[in-house]
Amino acid sequence: MDWSLLITQLLNGLQLGLLLFLLASGLTLIFGIMDFINLSHGSFYMIGAYFCGSVVAKSGSFLAGIIFGLAGMFAIGALVEWFIARKLYRADHLDHVLVTFGLILVFDTLVHLIWGAAGMAIPLPDALNGQITLGSLVFPVYRLLIIFSGLIVAAILFILVTRTRLGMLIRAGASNRTMVEALGININRLFLIVFALGAAMAGLAGMLIAPITEASIGMGNDIIIVAFVVVIVGGIGSVKGAFYAALILGLIDTMSRSYLDALLKLAMPVTYAETAAPALSAMLIYILMAAVLAFRPQGLFPPAGMK
Amino acid sequence: MSWLPQSVSGRIYASLLLILAPAPFFFEWINQPFYLDLLSRALILAIAAISLNLILGFGGMVSLGHAAYIGIGAYCVGIPSYYDYYNGWLHLGLALSVSASFALLTGAISLRTKGVYFIMITMAFSQMVFFILLSLEEYGADDGLVIYSRSEFPAWLSMDSSTSLYYWIFGLLLLSLFFIHRLVNARFGRVIVGSKFNEQRMQALGFNTYRYRLVCYVISAMICALAGMLLGNFAGFISPDMISWARSGELIFMVIIGGVGSFFGPLVGTIAFVLLEEFLSLITVYWHLIFGLMLIALVLFGKGGIHGWLSLLDRRGGGHG
Amino acid sequence: MYFKLIRTAIIASAIAVTGAAQADSVKIGFITTLTTPAAVIGEDMKNSVELAMEHIGGKMGPLDVELIMEDDGFKPDVGKQKTDKLVKQDDVDFVVGYIWSHVLLASAKSVLDADKFLISANAGPSQIAGKRCHKNFFSSSWQNDQTPMAMGEHLNQKGVKSLYVMAPNYAAGKDMVRGVESTFTGKVLGKDMTKWGADAQLDFSAELAKAKASGAEALFVFYPGKAGGAFIKQYQQAGLQGTMDLYTVFTVDSIALPKLQAGGLSGVLGSKNTQQWSPDILNAANQRFVGDYLKKHGKYPSFYGAQSYDAIMLINSAIQKVNGNLNDKDALRAALMEADFDSVRGKYSYGNNHMPIQNFYLREVVEDDQGRWTTKIVSTVLTNHQDPYAKDCKM
Repeated sequence: MDWSLLITQLLNGLQLGLLLFLLASGLTLIFGIMDFINLSHGSFYMIGAYFCGSVVAKSGSFLAGIIFGLAGMFAIGALVEWFIARKLYRADHLDHVLVTFGLILVFDTLVHLIWGAAGMAIPLPDALNGQITLGSLVFPVYRLLIIFSGLIVAAILFILVTRTRLGMLIRAGASNRTMVEALGININRLFLIVFALGAAMAGLAGMLIAPITEASIGMGNDIIIVAFVVVIVGGIGSVKGAFYAALILGLIDTMSRSYLDALLKLAMPVTYAETAAPALSAMLIYILMAAVLAFRPQGLFPPAGMK
Repeated sequence: MSWLPQSVSGRIYASLLLILAPAPFFFEWINQPFYLDLLSRALILAIAAISLNLILGFGGMVSLGHAAYIGIGAYCVGIPSYYDYYNGWLHLGLALSVSASFALLTGAISLRTKGVYFIMITMAFSQMVFFILLSLEEYGADDGLVIYSRSEFPAWLSMDSSTSLYYWIFGLLLLSLFFIHRLVNARFGRVIVGSKFNEQRMQALGFNTYRYRLVCYVISAMICALAGMLLGNFAGFISPDMISWARSGELIFMVIIGGVGSFFGPLVGTIAFVLLEEFLSLITVYWHLIFGLMLIALVLFGKGGIHGWLSLLDRRGGGHG
Repeated sequence: MYFKLIRTAIIASAIAVTGAAQADSVKIGFITTLTTPAAVIGEDMKNSVELAMEHIGGKMGPLDVELIMEDDGFKPDVGKQKTDKLVKQDDVDFVVGYIWSHVLLASAKSVLDADKFLISANAGPSQIAGKRCHKNFFSSSWQNDQTPMAMGEHLNQKGVKSLYVMAPNYAAGKDMVRGVESTFTGKVLGKDMTKWGADAQLDFSAELAKAKASGAEALFVFYPGKAGGAFIKQYQQAGLQGTMDLYTVFTVDSIALPKLQAGGLSGVLGSKNTQQWSPDILNAANQRFVGDYLKKHGKYPSFYGAQSYDAIMLINSAIQKVNGNLNDKDALRAALMEADFDSVRGKYSYGNNHMPIQNFYLREVVEDDQGRWTTKIVSTVLTNHQDPYAKDCKM
């Protein structure tokens, strides 16, 4: 057993899981509180990366890119909520799917028109391009930074949800929407804030991954489906559930990418195993979701008080 | 003449079918074989949309995984052909039986859930099919498979020319429309539609709604696999991409654009969808922008899809639908 | 009488819409990727084709050239649909282009069954070079295995003993891996085939960790287009530079380099790759192509562009030879076979399977006199090389 490889892969899994959490936390709140299926949440992930990249290109500062990017995404989220989502909260889930799929097409094409098809690389400060060495373990600094900031955002979000008045309303909204409305809370404003916050977090995930993979058109369309799996597995509306589910899925994905082909090679010809391994590792998370839906449809960690 | 459609929308649909019937000769006459291709593709997808509408429109089961059955149908042509088995009855039988078994198995699990959970679990199962096909190196994996020859049927049923294939498609389209019409108007259909609106009531009346839904789901899957079998023959190329979640999403849009829960809605919706896609993409590479805005506008302002608009004519025109 | 009138009217309007059927012109359909992130390759090809059209003054022999561009959306089924449209509706004489091997494999039948000429400006899948070769198929690029075979040779010359291999999991990726394995005499210690397509995997953290743990001396990768830049970056971030040398094919090119330069990834300078072409090849045709491209677009063309430019020039040479008579397919085919034109890579010839027999060079990434990163030829690795599938082609 190669322990430094195992630890490296655990860290990689953790990093992927935390990125998924940033995406899924907003998604699960929007889903849980407004009962709104937002397929275009992945577009926020993409636009965040482009916003950040443009600011970095102008200012040369990655931190400035993140700060302006977050503000921009908060605004974009608020605009989408104000002009589109708000009109559809009471509509059928089908309408949500249709509108937000339309939004994906619109956002993807707008990005193509504004920034071109080439994608955008985001340069990092030299300090972040290096590695940390611990014995035989070598790990990229930047990926550690993603883990670190993901954990901080998760902590802030937990405090926000469990310790503040806004959080109380959010929790109440997730488990019993009518009660919050009955209390005379300005529900529109609450929804607007939650939606914009979700967009900002999805954007942050995009900003964090872009220095590794570059920003590109449609980068959010694939990962958003995985984020939905996180939401379902964790329990719709549950931030805690999204956190655990994201980590579980991140680890499953990374671990199976690392070890599954070696396992399959024991059972089938090498060339077949090479093709089958990545596909089957991608399949595992859907098997997990189907199992959760079949046996525990409310998710592994449903929000408290939800029936 | 009571057998004539009474409503304006009904007459429009009837004339649409009459227009579609001689299409191959018309396109041959004006020397535009490509338009026949376009129409064939649209009608194949229409069969799939019609099958989805059976569970989505009439049964209230929103499946985001229906493209899986198109893929199953197509691979039931592709894989035997890969081994030089071109017998059409074999392809047809495989498509129907494999899709039915898969639908029975996954439907039995999926139908324990409701609403958004059903959307997600059907998506999960279709993603599994997607990744299984992706992992099959022998059958091309991501690259897909080229089908070098069409399914072989007796001469009078041959699908070798584009005209005869068109009539296969058109015939199966009419059959599925007719079959679903009969099904929905029978007691079976009333239970399905009834349990969409009030399941407890149907159960109180003594119907095992779960079993009815399951049967409905399996039937829908089999019709969809027929579309897949046709698509494999038509395109001569199959790939796992046919099953991606976006394709399932497109099927839903075809149904919604046409009008959920109407018999002809999915047909007109699909034709509109395919034609729009084709002609918008001729105009500009940025056509997704226009298409996306149209989808948004459709939901925000255009309630009921094309069928909904046509039904407005019924009220104004004074016909009885 | 009535019917005839209507028919004429409909056909006329159809022609007005589609712009079909002009006498004295040659119609060329060009398929590439114009949407999705891979559009960056498609744009390079499009720019090069347009440059070629300027250089020949929009005419091939006595014929006006009508060019129709289509987007394959990076998907085999869409590529096939667009090919069908070019063949059936536009009735083109040549279908040219194809970046992706799987798109070409899905589309080839539509073109060849209709007795049109198919000219690949990039993809060179083993199937079409071997068993499924066709008299009307020609390549202006290479067969997929050849470039990595050259790299395998270079690795042997350098005395590399062990290798870790990574490539995307599609037709070309498999050919590339087979190519390098066929000439490399050392040990391949591990291999990863990653998801490709519009939703390709771009985060290689798990794979890079495996590569490192394998203890291989060197890493061979094939990541075309946008994935190339992302890969190089992660390779550097993972700290593999210096411990595990990187050898690439179709990964570090004029498309990836400007972005790598913008990202300050100077580790790529000095890295080696193999290719049949380079911007610095000294011949009049190449200097004109590269020079005018630089002037027009402010950046170097890529090999995709060079091959697309060559494809147009190849067709041009054949049409001139038959003096514009497109009906005599045999004469046209024979003229194509001669490859009698000034290719930007220098003179090459066609094998029995209509794949080029040509040289492959080792290229190094350098900074040009204006500070732009580009590639420069170091040595010739394979001379007049023919692909290994030619013997499977019964033609």
